Amino acid sequence: MQEQTRYAIQVTDLTVAYREKPVLWDVDMEVPEANLMAIVGPNGAGKTTLLKSILGLMQPAAGQVLIYGKPYQQQRRLVGYVPQRGSVDWDFPTTVLDVVMMGRYGSLGWLKRPGKSERMKAEEALHKVGMGEYANRQISQLSGGQQQRVFLARALVQDAQVYFMDEPFQGVDAVTERAIVTLLQELRSAGKTVVVVHHDLQTVPEYFDWVMLLNVRRIACGPVEKVFTEENLRKAYGGRIGFLRSDQNHHLENMPVEGVAAVETSPTGGTLPAGNR
Amino acid sequence: MDIFQLLSDLFTNYTLRTVAMGSMVLGIVSGALGSFAVLRRQSLLGDAISHAALPGVVLAFLFTRSKEPVVLMVGAILAGWVGTIMMINIVKRSRIKEDSALGLILSVFFGIGLVLLTFTQRLPDASQAGLDKFLFGQAATFLIRDIYAMVFLAGVVLFLLGLFWKEFKLLSFDPEFGESQGFSMNKLDILLTTLLVVAIVIGLQAVGVVLMSAMVVAPAAAARQWTDRLSVMVILAALFGALAGVSGTLVSSTTEGLSTGPTIVLCISLIVFISLLLAPNRGLIWQALRRLRQKRTLYLDGVLADMYSLSRQHDNLEYAHRIEVLRTMNAGRGGVYRSLKTLEAKGLVRRADDRLWALTAEGLPVARRAFLLLHPHALDTPAEKAAQEKGSEA
Repeated sequence: MQEQTRYAIQVTDLTVAYREKPVLWDVDMEVPEANLMAIVGPNGAGKTTLLKSILGLMQPAAGQVLIYGKPYQQQRRLVGYVPQRGSVDWDFPTTVLDVVMMGRYGSLGWLKRPGKSERMKAEEALHKVGMGEYANRQISQLSGGQQQRVFLARALVQDAQVYFMDEPFQGVDAVTERAIVTLLQELRSAGKTVVVVHHDLQTVPEYFDWVMLLNVRRIACGPVEKVFTEENLRKAYGGRIGFLRSDQNHHLENMPVEGVAAVETSPTGGTLPAGNR
Repeated sequence: MDIFQLLSDLFTNYTLRTVAMGSMVLGIVSGALGSFAVLRRQSLLGDAISHAALPGVVLAFLFTRSKEPVVLMVGAILAGWVGTIMMINIVKRSRIKEDSALGLILSVFFGIGLVLLTFTQRLPDASQAGLDKFLFGQAATFLIRDIYAMVFLAGVVLFLLGLFWKEFKLLSFDPEFGESQGFSMNKLDILLTTLLVVAIVIGLQAVGVVLMSAMVVAPAAAARQWTDRLSVMVILAALFGALAGVSGTLVSSTTEGLSTGPTIVLCISLIVFISLLLAPNRGLIWQALRRLRQKRTLYLDGVLADMYSLSRQHDNLEYAHRIEVLRTMNAGRGGVYRSLKTLEAKGLVRRADDRLWALTAEGLPVARRAFLLLHPHALDTPAEKAAQEKGSEA
C-alpha cells in the first residue's frame, strides 16, 4: 500500500431531515482503508440513519458519499450491509442457507438464479461464523446470537470491501460477541473496512481503531486514542454521561480516562490508525 | 346426488367442467400470489384491491356497453391498480397509517362502485343485467372463452412470479438489504402488487368483490401451517386454492341457487380449519400434545427430585419412601402414582412395598440431575459423596 492514506469511505456534508426536523446535520466522515470503526452516540443521535443514508436506503437532503473515491451508486458491489437483526421477520419460511445465499443476489443481478457456486460460498461463510451445521435449519429455530451470525455470513458472501453493520452486538451472548470481534479483525487483516453502529462504550477502545461520536452533528471522528476522550463523550452524550458514570458499572469510569491518559502521555500529532501501522 | 356421480359429471358435463376449470384457475393464482401478500403482512391488501376493482367493472361496461369478461377484467384491473397505487402513496406521503389508508381506499372505491352499479341498473335497456354478480360472484355463467382469458392472465402472472422469484423473496424477507444490493424494491413492490391485482381480478367474476380477499389470505394461511419452505408454501397454497375452487363449484352445483363464490370460500375455510388443527409442528393439536408431554416430563422430574431429596437424608440413597410423603411434596401437581408407575416402567424407581417406593441404581443419577437442577447449590451429603466415589470407580 502506498504511503498516503486511502480513504475507503468519504462522506461530506450529509444532512437528513425527517419532517423538517434535522436527524443528521452536516456530517462529514472519512475512514481510511482497513479500519474497524465504531459509530457511537446516544439514542436518537442518527446512527442508523447515517448508515441508511450512506447506503441509499434513505434520501438525504444534502451530501455526498464516496466509496473508494467514487459515488456509492457506482460502487455498490464493494459494499456489504448487515441490518439490525430485528428488522426482519424470523418466522419467514426459509432456511439458514437460503438467507445467506441472498448475499449473492446483488452480484448475480436481475433474474439469474443462484446455483452451485452460490451454495458453496454460502456454506463456506456459514462455517466461518460457526454455523456450518445449521445450513438447513428453518430460521425461526435460531437464537438471537445465531440470527446475528447468519446475517454476518450473508454479508461475508457479498465479498465486499467495505461493510456497514447496524448493531451486530445487540443482544448476543459473550461467546458470540467474541466470535464476531474475531471475524471483524480477520476482515481488517484482509484489508476490508468495517463500520459498526455500537452501543457499548466500554469495549470501543478494545475493539475498534477508529471512532465517530455522533449526536445529530459529528462531535468527533478519528483514531480511537485521539478522539475517544471524556470531553468528546460529554459533548456527545450531554448530561447523560454523568448519569452513566455514577452507575455501578465501574468500567465506564476508567474507560474514557484511560483514553485521555493515552493521549496525554503520548502527544503525537498524527497517529496512524492501528490497521495502517 | 352421490359423490361419484358428481365427480363423473365433472368430466362429462360441459358446463360444470367449464365452471370447475375457472374456479381451479382462480384458486391457483390467488393462492400463489396470496402467499406473498400474507408473508409481507399485507393480508388485507387483497380486500382493498377487490373492492377497489368494482367501479372499474361498472365503468368498463358504461364506456363500452359490453359485458365481455375481458373488457370488464381490464376495467377491474385498472381500477384495482389505481386504488392500490393511491393507497401506497397515501402511506408514503402522509401521516395516515397503512390500515387507515386501506380502509379509506376500500370504502371509497366500493362506495363509488355501488353508486355506479345502482345508476346503471336504472338504465332503460336491460343490457346491464348481471353486473351485480360481481358482488357475490357467479361462476355458473362462465363460458369457455372466459376460461381462456383467465388461463392466459393466470399464465402471465405465474410466469412473472417464477421469473422474479429470487427478487420477490428478497422483497418479502428483507427489502432494505435488497435495496442495498441494487434491486429497486419500489419497482418490485409495484410489480408484485400488480400481479396480485391481476390474480384478484381473475377471481372476481366467480367469487365476487366481497369475498375475494378470503381467496387471497386463506390458502396461504393454510399452506403456511404445513411447511417452512417458501416454494412449498406457494405450491401448496395454489393446490389448496384449486381444491377449494373445484370442490366449491361441485357443492354449489348440487343445489339450485347456491352461489359459487360463498361455497368456494366455505371450502377454503374448511381447509384452513383442518390445517390450523392438524398440521404438524404449527397445528393446535400438535402444540397441545407437546405441552402435555412437557408437563408430564416436568412431573416425572419433580417426583424424581423429591425422592432424591428425601434419600439424601438417609445413609442409603436407595431408601424407600412413602407415597403419601411424595404426594404432600407434590401438592397441586397431581398424578404422583401415575408418575411413579411411568418411572417404574422406565426402570428408574421400584416398588418396595404396597406404599413404599425407592429409586433404583439406574434412577439415582437421573434423579440427582433433576434434583440439582432445582437445587443447584446443594452440598453433597456423606452418603452422596460415597455414592459419587463409587460411581467414579466403576
